[in-house]
Amino acid sequence: MSELIRAEDVHKTYRMGDVEVPALRGINLTIAHGEFVAVMGASGSGKSTFMNILGCLDRPSAGKYFLEGQEVGSLSADQWAHIRNQRIGFVFQGFNLLSRTSALENVELPMMYNGFASQERHRRATEVLSLVGLDNRLDHTPNQLSGGQQQRVAIARALVNRPPLILADEPTGNLDSVTSNEIMALFQQLNAGQGISIILVTHEVDIAAHAKRQIVFRDGLVTGDHPNEQVICRVEH
Amino acid sequence: MQGLMTLRIALRALARNKLRAFLTMLGIIIGVGAVIAMVAIGEGAKSTIRSQIAALGTNVLIILPGSNVQGGVRAGFGNVNTLLDSDAKAIALELRSVAFSSPVLRRQDQVVSGNLNWGTLAQGVAPEFQQIRDWQIAEGRFLHEGDMDSAAKVAVIGQTVARQLFGNDDSLDAVIRIRNIPFRVVGVLAPKGQTGQGTDQDDTIMIPYTTMQKRLMRITWVQSIVVRAVSAERVDEAQEQITLLLRQRHRIGPDREDDFNVRNLSDIAEAATTTARVMAVLLGSVASISLLVGGIGIMNIMLVSVTERTREIGIRMAVGARSRDIMLQFLVEAVVMAATGGLIGILLGVGSSEVIKQWAQWPTLIDPAIIVIAFLFSGAVGVFFGFYPARKAASLDPIDALRYE
Repeated sequence: MSELIRAEDVHKTYRMGDVEVPALRGINLTIAHGEFVAVMGASGSGKSTFMNILGCLDRPSAGKYFLEGQEVGSLSADQWAHIRNQRIGFVFQGFNLLSRTSALENVELPMMYNGFASQERHRRATEVLSLVGLDNRLDHTPNQLSGGQQQRVAIARALVNRPPLILADEPTGNLDSVTSNEIMALFQQLNAGQGISIILVTHEVDIAAHAKRQIVFRDGLVTGDHPNEQVICRVEH
Repeated sequence: MQGLMTLRIALRALARNKLRAFLTMLGIIIGVGAVIAMVAIGEGAKSTIRSQIAALGTNVLIILPGSNVQGGVRAGFGNVNTLLDSDAKAIALELRSVAFSSPVLRRQDQVVSGNLNWGTLAQGVAPEFQQIRDWQIAEGRFLHEGDMDSAAKVAVIGQTVARQLFGNDDSLDAVIRIRNIPFRVVGVLAPKGQTGQGTDQDDTIMIPYTTMQKRLMRITWVQSIVVRAVSAERVDEAQEQITLLLRQRHRIGPDREDDFNVRNLSDIAEAATTTARVMAVLLGSVASISLLVGGIGIMNIMLVSVTERTREIGIRMAVGARSRDIMLQFLVEAVVMAATGGLIGILLGVGSSEVIKQWAQWPTLIDPAIIVIAFLFSGAVGVFFGFYPARKAASLDPIDALRYE
């Protein structure tokens, strides 16, 4: 499998007044296309900082980050915006949908920034919403949808520009266990069926158990990186 | 992001908070409406004042003969006899900036009618004098061209003279005598009242200037020439042209002084233009203050809106919006509010100036240019006051924006 992500000695240091707080202290990682990775660790372990760097939202203080072979740490803000638009889909714990805006329009949002015509936007958004099982909820606004449905809308939004990578930051954190399992099933289905790489941040072991590879962060370093021996598989092959 | 879509996003964002958008626009609406109405009232007043001042004679020029210098003694104006009635005719005929001109000869005379007599100012003038000085006729007629040619012994008398010589009796066609020469009264002037200096303008009688020259004064020149320029704006132009023409007619070499003097009632004209300017400045400052306040209202609401929608900004950035997309979105929102407010304000201003015209009987005048200016200005206010909040939105850090509660 071809290389998707390569981190070379990535450091990140925050300045709090006069004190320098190291968040990442030299991360070396390679993730291939089509992997399903769970990133685990306690809060303050640096996993969120690392995700921000992977998502082209934050710059490493030192070290290099390659996305599909391209060194992206030194690109301009506009180039980052383009990468986020085309190559990365984000799924957040708090869904982060636009309120008072229909599911359809929420999913169309990323396409507003890459110049698709309105009909094409509409067609694609409808398509991904039916892929996540919401074809009968197109006109519902977030407050008319359950948490699980909202997260499905968010996943549809992440998928709509057909990126090779989805970054999911605690996607089940606000959901009950039944709904959580449904969402994880959806991720597994996307990973297996569409070959989309998924990097999932979680601190819950039973959520991480859905991934094929588990990476553990601690104090800004990777302390564990191993394949998951017992993947909970929720998709029938 | 395409312009049309940006506009749609802005409209939708405003539609979500209709009352707030309206209240924000209200600042601009009132500002622009007030400006339009005030300028309309001001322009109306200005044109009224202008026509009133024109009646006072701001566009009137007086040409006096130059001073005579003999052995170092400078005798003052009017002591040489260089002006002729042909000069007056040439000025009116040849200069486009001049509407009318008339020779004027004046002397103080005793006027007799029956057993009454009255000392008054006798003026020898041409028919054009009526238009130059805005004299109205109460009875009969003014002097006409035929009277000039024949040096007719006819007179038009002022109200004061009519009262002193005839009381309540009819004065028309009566005969009055000046230095024993009989004149027939052909007209009575409408009253004009006193001048600013306290001179009674109605205490006068007017006779043909030719009659004055030949029968009363026995001279061939004229004492002065009065000229009315076509408009107050062209008085200076008329003054220059008259000077050139008279120098030419009087064959004055380039290095010699004028033998005449052209004067205008510049103090009145000055007062008029100063009044107009003060008015313009006053209205202009009211305009900018009210629009400034409206603009600050927009800025305030846009700042609130940016803070409220921090998370939305974060989401948009995460899915690929560039800084300039965000900037444009908020800027367009501000401009849409300002321009919509401007449009409604224009309607309000035009409407209220109509109401003022109808109900308060105050003349109002709406210059189409002011409408265009008001609209463009309100748009500019949107850009100016929307810029800072929009830049603030665009410079947010996506990570912080996404985490914002």
